[in-house]
Amino acid sequence: MTTDTAEIKLTPKDFTTDQEVRWCPGCGDYSILKQVQSILPETGVNKEDIVFISGIGCSSRFPYYMDTFGMHSIHGRATAVASGLKIARPELSVWVITGDGDSLSIGGNHLIHTIRRNFNMNILLFNNEIYGLTKGQYSPTSPEGKVTKSTPMGSLDHPFNPMALCLGADATFIARAMDRDVKHLREVLVRANDHIGTSLLEIYQNCNVFNDGAFEIYTDKGSKKEEALFLEEGQPLVFGNDDNKGILLDNGTPKVVRLDDGMYTKEDLWIHDSSDKHKAYLLTTFFDNPSLEGHMPRPFGVFYAQDRFRYEEAMYQQLDLAVERKGEGNLDKLLRGENTWTVS
Amino acid sequence: MAKVVEEKRVVTIVFAGDSGDGIQLTGTQFTNTSALFGNDVSTFPNYPAEIRAPQGTVAGVSGFQLQFGSVEVYTAGDICDVLVAMNAAAFKVNLPRLKKSGTIIINTDGFNAKDLRLAGYESSPLEDKSLEDYRTISIDVTKLTAAALVDSGLGKKEVERSRNMFVLGFLYYMYNREIAPTEKFIKEKFAKAPHLIDANIKVLKAGYNFGDTSETFTSRYNVKAAKLPVGTYRNIMGNQATALGLVAASQKAGLDLFYGSYPITPASDILHELSKHKNFGVKTFQAEDEIAAVCSTIGASFGGELGVTASSGPGIALKGEAIGLAVMLELPMVVINVQRGGPSTGLPTKTEQADLMQAMYGRNGEAPMPVISASSPSDCFDAAFEACRIAIEHMTPVFFLSDGYMANGSEPWKFPTTDELKEIKVVHAKERKQDDPEFLPYKRDERLVREWALPGTKGLEHRIGGIEKEWDTGNISYNPENHERMVKVRAAKVARIADSIPLQTIDSGADSGKVLVLGWGSTYGVIKTALKECLEEGLEVSHAHLRYIEPFPKNLGEIIKKFDKVLIPEMNNGQLVKIIRDKFLVDAKGLNKIKGIPFSTPEIVLAIKELAHA
Repeated sequence: MTTDTAEIKLTPKDFTTDQEVRWCPGCGDYSILKQVQSILPETGVNKEDIVFISGIGCSSRFPYYMDTFGMHSIHGRATAVASGLKIARPELSVWVITGDGDSLSIGGNHLIHTIRRNFNMNILLFNNEIYGLTKGQYSPTSPEGKVTKSTPMGSLDHPFNPMALCLGADATFIARAMDRDVKHLREVLVRANDHIGTSLLEIYQNCNVFNDGAFEIYTDKGSKKEEALFLEEGQPLVFGNDDNKGILLDNGTPKVVRLDDGMYTKEDLWIHDSSDKHKAYLLTTFFDNPSLEGHMPRPFGVFYAQDRFRYEEAMYQQLDLAVERKGEGNLDKLLRGENTWTVS
Repeated sequence: MAKVVEEKRVVTIVFAGDSGDGIQLTGTQFTNTSALFGNDVSTFPNYPAEIRAPQGTVAGVSGFQLQFGSVEVYTAGDICDVLVAMNAAAFKVNLPRLKKSGTIIINTDGFNAKDLRLAGYESSPLEDKSLEDYRTISIDVTKLTAAALVDSGLGKKEVERSRNMFVLGFLYYMYNREIAPTEKFIKEKFAKAPHLIDANIKVLKAGYNFGDTSETFTSRYNVKAAKLPVGTYRNIMGNQATALGLVAASQKAGLDLFYGSYPITPASDILHELSKHKNFGVKTFQAEDEIAAVCSTIGASFGGELGVTASSGPGIALKGEAIGLAVMLELPMVVINVQRGGPSTGLPTKTEQADLMQAMYGRNGEAPMPVISASSPSDCFDAAFEACRIAIEHMTPVFFLSDGYMANGSEPWKFPTTDELKEIKVVHAKERKQDDPEFLPYKRDERLVREWALPGTKGLEHRIGGIEKEWDTGNISYNPENHERMVKVRAAKVARIADSIPLQTIDSGADSGKVLVLGWGSTYGVIKTALKECLEEGLEVSHAHLRYIEPFPKNLGEIIKKFDKVLIPEMNNGQLVKIIRDKFLVDAKGLNKIKGIPFSTPEIVLAIKELAHA
């Protein structure tokens, strides 16, 4: 790897390609693209050492707009392609771009297996709760009863809870962000990239054509404070207008309390600790339908981060061990085998 | 009593028993010992799909057929000289394979009332008069094995598991073989359980000594070493040869081998073999499914490694979409199909050649790929190596077709040295400096091959994917003219591989004549054997065997034209025959067998004669 360019400071523009961006006007993908392009110069990784791999769907056009190495693969398989690439080239910075249909429906199997193997890669899961590129069928994250082109009487599917699913697959990093809170998105992207292991970042992304406003309750100024819970490391779980609500653990059960009636103070609250798996599990259960009475706010930020060995590192250790035990492979010896005879 | 030693040129033995009887191991040991002694050998393992199929039943019979000789042998034999039957069911299934006056070695303990009932016999076939046509040697193997192990402290089950060694020892005596190679094998196999080493060797010797001391036969047999071409040999199974071919190609190319695969019969042994060779930088990845296996392989190829994925028909069907992606990406990749009986799950442990059309056309859209095939267990080495060479040098996924017969069969292999192997030329796109012209990922050389541009190389940042590409730039293009041009150039690229592969040769017979037998795959040995017989009888027949099926060697059409008739034997319902008719407008005749078992020599001979005299 050459280092001579490392001194030239890259800018977001260096990551922009000459290809016309073809998402619908107003699509949430634009915001995510912009934030990714803006954090990459700060990672200090050379352009040629970055690879974006995607599956199929609107979000999966992403690599064409990134001036790095990229592969637009096939539906659902980006994580599998990225796994092979990480084994071949562990030093590369690999980003998987996928959507809710791509990674949770057709590619669900690869997602969970990639996560448990903990390859060092970043998976950005653009969740818009709809199939956009095929023009508006319900997706595995669409809420029950969702009326779409393929479900005129309402969807019968119970939706996936992506954070719970990934934690269930023993993810070492799970986080959630949204396209419309760019500052927060940026912060979480940086943390996802810093994590060594599979970082799964779910990004709520608005499809303004087929599912407009799916996440409005979390992004709209009028409701955001009440409905979105921003997780900050070492800080109490506080939300609500004027930060008037908090969450505490009452004998291990999360409970929403008011902070403005003198009963509780911030000292009583649950302190966010992304290394605590039990708390992370509880946070993933904050997944109620927001129209239900007494629902919990939806968490955003890093739920969980843990250090665990990476598959690719373990594989290279095994390769080294094999050489240590048997010596560098000798092809002639291998072809000859153990038992030979000679015809003269 | 001193025994007469009788010379034999070739002998065919079938070992048969319950699928838990250790038949495959017994057969393999006898094979290896005979090969080490210098015989030519060819084997045909034939076993049920179930690991422990219903005990004692006809469905649960596991067989291992072996032909060995002092002359070259090309098949596992058509009709057997010796049948070793561990129980009544094994006897029932295999008796039809035995020649009249052949020898039957019977484990009498496998013929009790229950065994007979399970095998569907109303009375014991051993008491039947028809057995008078054969020479029957009845031994209570169970009892003798138990007696040999009386002081061993082993339980009943462990004792029964050693019975195969008694039979093996007995046959070693009968055929005048050394027991030392098997002793060595036992010591290695049971290194962690020394009490089993002693027990197995004890039983092996007991079997050998029983042959010597019992008055079972008056003569022993001797099959002299074969006069194979001068050189050093080892015995090798097809899947093992495939694995070594891949390692050799990666070494010659200077690339690490990435092998992405999902367990499936009969391809898994390639994974097992490769996983032993990590000290060669071989990375084996047992993926979560067939699709991940091929996709991870594409990822590794994109990263610059020699990417190989393998499966059998059902798994290849799952990989289809991703193989099409590799065709679009124009990255090197080898896809191995160890064919088995189909469709669907079909006959998982039986052999067939029914996936040729799948390899040729089994992808959506126009997705041409080179297809090459091996013709025998040891030939898997050369074919696998060649598949890798073509993939790397022509930047394309390549199909390598093996099948269950050659994958599990074994034969002596005059292995090459590293220096004798072809070079494999790897070309990577070079780093771009600021003032260099823009990198065009889909720019092609005179062979229409694009450059392999590895991530990590400065100035080569580019995007590839499954959407149609623009000529040269590789950008997304929906332009109608561009699509047609790209479809044609991908086909032309594969067709041009014909410029660099060897011309087709005639394996036996004259360059022209009445009948050309055109084969591919594991039918090589049986066709060769049939040809020998036909040529000796003075028939005007020749044999050509294809390694390259897509593209065909350039002269194949000319060869075909020189014969009045073309016969194409295949273990399928007629696939190569369709392609030959299509490409050369010739009225080729198919000879088809779809029984999950290889052709016998008489079947081929008969078809040749019928066509020659038609």
